[in-house]
Amino acid sequence: MIALLTRDLKLAMRAGGGFGLGLAFFLIVVTLVPFGVGPQSDLLSKIAPGILWLGALLACLLSLDRVFALDWEDGSLDLLATSPLPMEGIVTIKALAHWLTTGLPLVLAAPLFGLLLSLPTPGYAPLVLSLLLGTPALSVIGTFGAALTVGLKRGGLLLSLLVLPLYVPTLIFGAEMARRGVEGLDTTTPLLMLAGITCGTIALLPFASAAVLKVNLR
Amino acid sequence: MNLNALWQYANPKKFIQTTEKVLPLFSVLAVVCLVVGLIWGFFFTPEDYRQGSTVKIIYLHVPAALMAINVWLMMLVTSLIWIVRRHHVSALAARAAAPIGAVMTVIALATGAIWGQPMWGTWWAWDPRLTSFLILFLFYLGYIALWEAIENDDTAADLTSILCLVGSVFALLSRYAVNFWNQGLHQGASLSLDKEENVADVFWYPLLVCIAGFVLFFIALVLLRTRTEIRARRMRALLARERMG
Amino acid sequence: MMPDLGKYAEAVLSSYAVSLALLIVLVWLSLRRSAKVAKQLEDIEQKARKNG
Repeated sequence: MIALLTRDLKLAMRAGGGFGLGLAFFLIVVTLVPFGVGPQSDLLSKIAPGILWLGALLACLLSLDRVFALDWEDGSLDLLATSPLPMEGIVTIKALAHWLTTGLPLVLAAPLFGLLLSLPTPGYAPLVLSLLLGTPALSVIGTFGAALTVGLKRGGLLLSLLVLPLYVPTLIFGAEMARRGVEGLDTTTPLLMLAGITCGTIALLPFASAAVLKVNLR
Repeated sequence: MNLNALWQYANPKKFIQTTEKVLPLFSVLAVVCLVVGLIWGFFFTPEDYRQGSTVKIIYLHVPAALMAINVWLMMLVTSLIWIVRRHHVSALAARAAAPIGAVMTVIALATGAIWGQPMWGTWWAWDPRLTSFLILFLFYLGYIALWEAIENDDTAADLTSILCLVGSVFALLSRYAVNFWNQGLHQGASLSLDKEENVADVFWYPLLVCIAGFVLFFIALVLLRTRTEIRARRMRALLARERMG
Repeated sequence: MMPDLGKYAEAVLSSYAVSLALLIVLVWLSLRRSAKVAKQLEDIEQKARKNG
């Protein structure tokens, strides 16, 4: 399992896709927003948590079709399926690798981008914490979507259509927590809900993803 | 009646034969209920003292909204039956039902918007109910798109039924998340009237007839569409065999 | 014998129109596809019987 994880990470590094692309996309979204809504810093600071959450979500989405696609094309996914590893384990590792290459860099870069959007000082800790808690759920849900569309030629658009509605609860609680942090309100409730969703998806969704992947490999 | 006897309708041939006889009955009943309910509601109910004549929209809005949710539940049940017992008819019924559910959602949203314009002064508000329906519509779209995208029938049935299960959980989660989110925005501001409780008898009976009409309409249409799907599936199988032979 | 809908006539009528139009389109599409598929299946089955 660890060998699979390191292999995936190495591949992501070498292809230069995962790490750089997601972050660059995030940066572009953050840069474009002021062009769209105007440079007033009070407006920006108000919408900053939402923008950062949306940017992270879209950056996550962007890299999802790569989760299984390469392994599917060169047949290593079939090899993995016949290996003694349970499919649920493979799926979880894939999600973890996706999170390490896209989610984690986004979390680390978020304070910097918050600066660009003049995020108020009390907002930083809740923002980073909410992203840290929420992005694993995004990766796990996204892996489910990627497993659904793995065999399809033009799965990219369909993947977004399938995955985005599933992102709604995570986005709501994550952005709510970040917003409450900015306004200096109590963040406990959204924090607990967000953590609950993340734990629930990590615990249960790999079974669905594995089932779907097995169907697709049949 | 022995409940096990129900499973015989999972045989496609038997299903087609039976629905041949049942379908006209349901269609006629649906049309009668819809015509009676809507005409009763449209022509013979008084105006509400607060909402004026817009109260007549209720006869379309409430049944459509009910069906939008119930169709998804029906798809959930048939998906489960497919996963557990692998009856093709069940999976195909879910496929047949999805577009109907999507249309019901659109009707509920559209009539709601038209009602909201004079009543709330806005076509759209990010009220929890409205938002959840919009999300439900997105789920329908994704489900239909997945069916269309996959060529192999059995693979498509498997994947969509799992999507339906997962989607149900997330739709439910979204419902509660949206509730929470909106409360977070405007404290306790509730835009939606609790319809069922406020409805007086004058409005209630035609509404019941309309709901019955929508349910029967759905049953008739889903039977028809399932027959189409069964035939389409058989056609694809025959064509595939021809190519092989 | 049109009931007096007052100032909301537009809203009520348009919502009825939109809903009924959607339902009719749905039914029409379903019926058309049903007839088309039934006919195609008939053709294929006949051909198969002839060949078989």
